[in-house]
Amino acid sequence: MKRVVITGMGIYSCIGKSLAEARDSLHAGRSGIGIDPARAAHGYRSPLTGIVEPPRLKGILDRRLRVGLAEEGEYAYVATVEAFREAGIDAGYLEENETGILYGNDSSAKAVIEANNVVMEKKDTTLLGSAAIFQSMNSTVTMNLSTIFKLRGINMTISAACASGSHAIGLGYMFIRHGLQNLVLCGGAQETNLYSMGSFDALSTFSTRVDAPTRASRPFDAGRDGLVPSGGAASLVLEEYEHARRRGARVLAEVVGYGFSSNGKQISQPSDEGCEIAMTRALADAGVSAREIDYVNAHATSTPQGDMFEAIALDRVFGESRPLVSSTKSMTGHECWMAGASEVLYSVLMMRDSFVAPNINFEQPDEYSCKLNIATKTVEKKINLLLSNSFGFGGTNSALVIRKIQ
Amino acid sequence: MEREKIESIVKKFLVEEIEVDENTIAPGALLKEDLGIDSLDFVDIVVIVERDFGFKIKAEEMTGVRTLADFCDYIETKTK
Repeated sequence: MKRVVITGMGIYSCIGKSLAEARDSLHAGRSGIGIDPARAAHGYRSPLTGIVEPPRLKGILDRRLRVGLAEEGEYAYVATVEAFREAGIDAGYLEENETGILYGNDSSAKAVIEANNVVMEKKDTTLLGSAAIFQSMNSTVTMNLSTIFKLRGINMTISAACASGSHAIGLGYMFIRHGLQNLVLCGGAQETNLYSMGSFDALSTFSTRVDAPTRASRPFDAGRDGLVPSGGAASLVLEEYEHARRRGARVLAEVVGYGFSSNGKQISQPSDEGCEIAMTRALADAGVSAREIDYVNAHATSTPQGDMFEAIALDRVFGESRPLVSSTKSMTGHECWMAGASEVLYSVLMMRDSFVAPNINFEQPDEYSCKLNIATKTVEKKINLLLSNSFGFGGTNSALVIRKIQ
Repeated sequence: MEREKIESIVKKFLVEEIEVDENTIAPGALLKEDLGIDSLDFVDIVVIVERDFGFKIKAEEMTGVRTLADFCDYIETKTK
């Protein structure tokens, strides 16, 4: 089996539009949550969201390469430019070497709704223009990025709800581990526009703590009242270790374990058993014991049910060693389809700079979270091994184990 | 619509929306070879012409249209 390492990362999120900005926000415990007044006017139950401004790409990217990008694709493009730059991958490399892309995305609501509005008004699909189809499909991110960056390896979108980005990394890891690819661009993207979250808001799962937006996302806190939707994109360059060495690439971390499971239960109901199976499998795949894990980046979204089931599972797996746990969603909100990728990226930044970002707004534990060792403040600490959890609707679970390269 | 007005509108959307290089725009310029307009761009031009000139381009009426002047002739005929 081949070893799989991360050699580049890029981020576009509500806590930073570059690795440096995101790193500083994580270390400072800075929230990126605010209020979108348009959501209230549009009939949302909650106007809270991560505040992410779409990038302006006109003049940067050729029109034909640009117009097919939906909002989440624009985020992913900017994140990928940073990731490839960090990895030392340029156009010449991509031309000469087969590179894959496995990216998490599970909606492109704005493109679909706007196209539908045009057809409703004009009663003529030929007035939609050329870009609607390339923006509307779930694979919009991978179909556009593979074209822009001229990628010729494995090319597909992973749609697995809020675990999409994590599974994308897990699958990229498997492709490289089995010797099928040397380099795969992995990541996750999430649109943040007005249309993107209405149907999720319909479930009344969003926090309505509008008087204090930055305190609204409070994973594991007894007073939590729901999640705060957010988005952007995170890109990670996964690479075969010897290939990275030959290139002289700087290695940020090693992906050593991937675990997955499906609850097989009610569509929106989390499961402690499902979480536990994914984590246990990831640890076994990595060949490490639970007590070796220094830090767990929890999925915890700030919903009463989800956090409770994850806390039960974390206690069952890590109860003896009680590693530091934090949910960076306390700062970012729930980055949904992107979260599994961005949270690995955030965790690798912590690993690189030897700190654990705080689970902000954790003030009062409940009967489950009281059993966890939750980082309420930034902890300066060397991290050798970490585990990142991601869970999604339909009971899809993913856990990744990342090791520091010595 | 006056010819001058048509040419002005066409030039504006070609440069600003289709992002054709302004220096390549000339009456005799070939739409495909000189201006670089491909089949997907043309799908967008159908939308823009409907918006700016109020009629829908029909593919069968465009068979003889090769240059920018041909294209403006076509629009002139349709907007008379």
